[in-house]
Amino acid sequence: MMRDTIILRVVTKLLLPVILIFALYVQFHGDYGPGGGFQAGVAAAAAIILYGMVFGIPAAQHVISKSVVQIMIPLGVLIFAGTGVAGLLLGENYLNYSPFGSHSEAGQHLGILIVEAGVFITVASTMLAIFYGFGGLADEADAAAAEKSEESEE
Amino acid sequence: MVITVVGIIRAHNLFAVVMLGGVYSFLMATVMVILDAVDVSMTEAAVGAGMSTVLLLAVLHLTQTREAPLRHTPAIPLIVCLLTGGALVYGTLDLPPFGEANAPQNQHVAPYYIENAEHETGSPNIVTAVLASYRGYDTLGEVTVIFTAGIGVLILLASGLRPRRRKNVDSEQDPKDNAA
Repeated sequence: MMRDTIILRVVTKLLLPVILIFALYVQFHGDYGPGGGFQAGVAAAAAIILYGMVFGIPAAQHVISKSVVQIMIPLGVLIFAGTGVAGLLLGENYLNYSPFGSHSEAGQHLGILIVEAGVFITVASTMLAIFYGFGGLADEADAAAAEKSEESEE
Repeated sequence: MVITVVGIIRAHNLFAVVMLGGVYSFLMATVMVILDAVDVSMTEAAVGAGMSTVLLLAVLHLTQTREAPLRHTPAIPLIVCLLTGGALVYGTLDLPPFGEANAPQNQHVAPYYIENAEHETGSPNIVTAVLASYRGYDTLGEVTVIFTAGIGVLILLASGLRPRRRKNVDSEQDPKDNAA
């Protein structure tokens, strides 16, 4: 898409680690400050999408391939629901995290972290999947347009 | 925000409309910060201003960037919007004043959360505690909604759009080939 713009390329490379670390900070600091799985998932997906917009979608898919993304979408939901089932198996109500830790507070804390990770995985991969879907269509359209112009030149 | 909305209505270039939509979302996020709802503000800035703008731009790449001419008068949508907006404003008249401590929504479970969330869940951010623990079932539902939406979009993009778009390209090509 915009592979030739050197300013964009350099700035993107500088920003990418910052965005990803901020996403992880939002993810794991969600217990103490604002944020959580939803926001962190979107931020992490935004980093990959930025990379894809500047360096082209194939480069982004080299980082996280389409099939991995498609596995991650249900994986997040399964982690969330599975946490609930684990609570059931340990003799508590569905989605009660108390039995995970030595005492109920630690269990709740751990449960929240696991569940937020599930949210993160699903949100980030869904955003990426939609971007890959639309971006793939756009690339095909570009390719078709290029073919068309070549044909008309002939 | 009013200026942005008027701009969105007046603009015919869809790029400008998408960008103004992003501006509107950022303004909405600042409103949420003023209301001390930092979590909501963060979501609005990330999803509303960031993600939907990017996705709309990706869609614009596939379509035209100019608004299609209207095929009917805007009177009926205008009436529907005015009626709905009027009903919503009428509904807010009965709401208790903002921040009223004795209002029903601040008397029900909120005091329990404020008093017990930190030592029951070990999470000083009550929003996270409510979201992930007390109301975990609701959040599971939300994640399922995102999951379903993602799968739906993937299926639509994989099966529905592609053949139709190919046909469009073919039909666009034919007259030019004939002309050549």
